[in-house]
This record gives sequence, C-alpha cells and structure tokens, in this order.
Amino acid sequence: MPTIAPLDLAAHCIDARFILDVPFFALADGTIHRLDNGHKTTQAHDGLLCAVPAVDGKSLLTSGEDGRICSTGLNGEALELSVLPRKWLTALAAAPSGAIAFASGRSAWVRSPDGSLREFPHERSVEGVGFAPKGLRLAVARYNGVTLHWPATNSAPTELEWKGAHVSVMFSPDNRFLVTSMQENALHGWRLEDNRHMRMTGYPNKVKSWSWSTKGKWLATSGAPAAIVWPFSGKDGPMGKSPLELGTRGDSLVTAVACHPAEEIVAIGYSDGMILVARFGDQKEVLLRRPGKGAISSMNWDTTGHRLVFGSEAGDCGVVDITG
Amino acid sequence: MSEAPTTSAAAVETARKSQIPVTVLTGYLGSGKTTLLNRILSEDHGKRYAVIVNEFGEIGIDNDLIVESDEEIYEMNNGCICCTVRGDLIRVVEGLMRRPGRFDAIIVETTGLADPVPVAQTFFMDDDVRSKTALDAVVALVDAKHLPLRLADSREAEDQIAFADVVLLNKTDLVTPEELAKVEATVRAINPHAVIHRTERAGIELSRVLDRGAFDLSRALESDPHFLDHDHPDHTCGPDCDHNHHDHDHDHDHGHHHHDHAHDHHHHDHVSPIHDVTVQSVSIRTGELNPDKFFPWIQRITQDQGPNILRLKGILAFRGDHERYVVQGVHMIIEGDHQRAWKENEKRESRLVFIGRQLDDAALRAGLESCLA
Repeated sequence: MPTIAPLDLAAHCIDARFILDVPFFALADGTIHRLDNGHKTTQAHDGLLCAVPAVDGKSLLTSGEDGRICSTGLNGEALELSVLPRKWLTALAAAPSGAIAFASGRSAWVRSPDGSLREFPHERSVEGVGFAPKGLRLAVARYNGVTLHWPATNSAPTELEWKGAHVSVMFSPDNRFLVTSMQENALHGWRLEDNRHMRMTGYPNKVKSWSWSTKGKWLATSGAPAAIVWPFSGKDGPMGKSPLELGTRGDSLVTAVACHPAEEIVAIGYSDGMILVARFGDQKEVLLRRPGKGAISSMNWDTTGHRLVFGSEAGDCGVVDITG
Repeated sequence: MSEAPTTSAAAVETARKSQIPVTVLTGYLGSGKTTLLNRILSEDHGKRYAVIVNEFGEIGIDNDLIVESDEEIYEMNNGCICCTVRGDLIRVVEGLMRRPGRFDAIIVETTGLADPVPVAQTFFMDDDVRSKTALDAVVALVDAKHLPLRLADSREAEDQIAFADVVLLNKTDLVTPEELAKVEATVRAINPHAVIHRTERAGIELSRVLDRGAFDLSRALESDPHFLDHDHPDHTCGPDCDHNHHDHDHDHDHGHHHHDHAHDHHHHDHVSPIHDVTVQSVSIRTGELNPDKFFPWIQRITQDQGPNILRLKGILAFRGDHERYVVQGVHMIIEGDHQRAWKENEKRESRLVFIGRQLDDAALRAGLESCLA
C-alpha cells in the first residue's frame, strides 16, 4: 500500500518536485518549502509565477511577479540571477549549458551562464519558452505559431506557423518533435525534420500539464476527464493513431500528469485532488490519494520512481511512497 | 488528423462561489480614466482592487496590485469570426487568482482606442477566467467636450459607449448646458440602456461604478426591475421610439426613474444630434415564445449577424415555463439562464434588445414574432 506524508501549505502550489531527492514545493505566494530533515521555508519572491529544475538537477529556478529570477538549492538560499523591475516573468526554461530563458510581455530573454542577457523582442506576446534537449535552440510560443531562435549565434530565427494562440511549448526528448498547447483546447505539433503538422484535438479544456514517458515514447496530457496519452514512438508521431485514455472519471478532470522515470506508468492528478497511477499496457489503476481540498497542480517522481511529490491549488501538498 | 475521444464536458462546473468581480474601464485618452483610477486606488472605501493597466504611466501610486499588461488580442481559431480574447488578461488574471485574498475585485483599464469586445469576450470564452471571475460592468468615460470630435474620427469611441453598462459623462464643467444636453442625447441615442452619470473630474460615488452586477443579468434585473421597460405606463418613450425616430421628432418627458441616474434629464429623444453615429438599437416586445423556435432563430441571428451585434439582452417568457428566462450576448456569443419564477401579477411577455450596426429592425421583429408560441 502506498503511504502519504502530507504537507499542508497556505497557497497555490505552482511546482512540486524533487531536487537531489529532497521534496521542494514552490508556491504562488513566493515561498519555497522543502522537506530536508524537517520542513524548511525560503521566501524567494513576492509572487512566484514559474518554476523549473536547473538541468544539473541541483537547484530549482523560479520567476516572479517581482521581476526576479532566482535559483534555490538545498541550502535554501534564493540566489538572484536576474531582475527586470516591475515585470511579471510569466515563462521560464532551462538549458543544459546553464542558460535560462524567460519572458515578459512581448520579449523573451536568454541569460547565459556568465550572467549576460540577450533580449529577443517579438511582435506579439511571448506566451511560452522551451529549450531543445541540447539547449542550442529556444522555442517561443506565440500567436499563430512558434519562433525558433539560436540564442548563441546570430542566425535568423525559424518561424513555424499555425493559426491560433500557442501558450506553451516543448521539444520531445529525442528532439524530433515540437509540441505546443493552445488556447483553443488542443495540442499542435511539428515534426522537425520536415515541419509536418500534427493536430491533437478533442480536449474539453486547455492542456496545462504534460509529461514524456520513459524514452519519450508517449506524451501524457491533462485537459480531459482521462489522461490522454499520445504515442510518439513511430516515425509519424501520433498522426493517424488514437491516444490511450487512462484513469477516466465521470465527475472530475485531469489537471496534472507525471510519467514514471522507468516504467510505462503515469501518475494522474484530478481537479478534486485525487491521484491515481495507471499502467499503459493494461490500463490497470491504483489509487494513491483520495480527493483533497483542491485540484492537483503539480506532480513529479524522484529519480528511482519510488516516491511521488504533489501539490494542489489549495496548498494541500505531500509525498507518496509507492513502495509502502 | 488525430482526435482524442470527445468526452462529455460533464465534469466540473464547481460551484461559482468565490468569483471575483471585474470592472472594465474604457474611454479615450483624456476622458478621465486615470483620475478615476487614482481615486479608486487612494480613497478609503474599505475595498482592495487589483488593477490591470496598459501602462503604469500616470498612475502615481506604487502598489503591487497594479499590473502592467500589453493589450494582446487573439482571434479564436474556432470558426467564429468575431470571437476574440485578450491573451494578456488570461495570463494576468490567472496569476492574480492564484493568490486570492489579496483583493476584492479586479479593474481592467483599456487603452483609449481599445475595442471593449475582446475584453468582455475573455470573460465568456476562457474557462479558467470564467470559473474564477465574473464580468461586473463595462464603464465608459466620455469627455463631454471632445465627444463630437471623437465620434467623427473613430469608430471605437462609439463602440465604447454602445458597449457600456455605465457611462460617465465627464468634464461637464468644460461645456455649456446646451452642449451637455446634446452630448448626453448622443450617448443616449447610441445606447438607450446604459446608466449615465454626469461628472466633473470623474467625481462619482464609487459604488455607482463598481460592483454593479450589470453583466449578471439576474442581478441587473433585480436592482432594476423595469429594465428594458421603456413602455411602462409611466413612460411615454416606448421601445419603438428608437427605430422610426427619423420620422417623428417626439418630445417627451423621459425621466428614467428606474435607473439610478444622478440627475434628471428631460426632453430628449433618441435621435442623435451628432451625425457620426452608426450604432443603433432595436427593442422588441412580444408575447410568449416557443423555445423550439426561439433557440434555432437566435442561434442563426447571432451566427449571421454576430459581427454587427455589439450587445444583446432580453427577458423571455416561454410557453409552459413558469420561470423567466434571461439571455445576453456579445457578437456571436450568447448565454441564457432561468432567472426566477414569473410573479402572479406580472405580464408574461418577452423583451429583447439588440445594440449594433446595420440591424434590420423589421426583420428582427418579424423573426422574433415568428417564434411566438
């Protein structure tokens, strides 16, 4: 039986994840909580908007309503990396080189590891940013498509067009596909070798959580009463194939997904706070957590896949140990 | 194309309990928006407001609840040609609503040239915004001195008035009583149903502007039982007066006692004394309707004429339905719901108002009448 160690916090959890196997919880009120021989708290921002792990896995990068980018590691110190006063930094991504991309309004910025900052102005809002696996290319999600920049060079950007508002973007782990989430309750994808389009539609809500399975074979997504899991192992990605539907419930929406680091199973969090795990092969489900106070807003596994950390919109967070 | 299996949108209309009211402030540069905002932010009224502005600019108050945001209009790629949303508002409202408890209401200030429609549609179209906030009212500030010029050189000035629930006719100290009467008659001609307040330096009791519930049709009707009721026995101005007004220049007392006007206005008709007005309104009153005829009709009308319809509001009586049904729309978006039971002494009839451009009064009237039960 899985066991839960709950952690009741006072604000919307933006991101819950392990940093060096220590559970971290980044909350909208700007605090970062960690369970490291007891509950410890850092006030990193006045209003926290985004959080992503540094690619070396040693710290949590955060952006705030206070215009700051911070890096917080196990010592709990929120190190300020950049600041753009009074700007809401609404998108954030990290590259293996240590470069960080963030956005506010109609600009994206890339901060190099040496601290220098380069601005990429756009005609329309920069809704989302994402680095390619090697970190050489930066994708910017925008109205009517995606722009690909090469931040380290002066090469002209590549424009990928698809009508509609693209609000977040990521590359597949094998760098073959680029996927966006859209305002119109759909995903859009491009196969990068030939820019062929992939439409993934039918969601009743926006897709706000997505997770690649081990080796990038599947993409699990929220936004429906089930986790919608698209096959990406074939040459054409999900084109012409049906997705798996896992953990279907009639009375609740899937709000967060997290694929296991080793097995083909996915943790599924719902709008009522329930969490299940489901296996791709036989769709078998196991309940990890009964409904709580609010919608699950973030979940991540530790490196071994024994523990799952979760957070909710109402602040009822915790860690599930599936080994019992 | 691949398709995720269509799932019943069953889930999740979780109780709309803690919806935060949103007031949209429109008005041309110089109409007094900043003055009003500064008053809202500095006066001691016991409420806290988060304010979304286009530029920090002249707001002299440093407050971490003032958020700067680039007006970002997105056409929805959903086959509906006039469905637009403000992408920046979706982002900012989502961020604000993750830290509830810091403010009681949200105010959105638009740029002078802004079309108010995308702002309003955002609160209907985006599920996340819609589940956490509710559009309270669109308030238009009008510079009494410069309105004629504005109407002559832009369509937006007219749209802002046509779309408003509350109009502040500001800078009244800069015009003569005759000019003021003319400007007010113009506003009334564009939008016969807005509440008009005359102000100097945006001086108005804030409760008359904020937390109005004007977009909450049920509430608007509760606080204004004679809404759309211009041919109430006490009124000589009927809904018909605004469609053939070119023929008869009727001169009637139009006290509007049912609106909470800060003043009385007399002896105007609904002919715009200024020529650049292109917006009109059509008010129709008829009997009990057959819902099986009405819904397909209104769907078709809003599909076909949506781009020309700025706003639509109505109270409907359906045959065999013991509750009043209220509808409202913005362009192609239409919403409706039961409001309350018809009262014993109430006449069961249907009233519908369109505000827009190039509306075919006779066709709309005939169309609605073809839906009679």
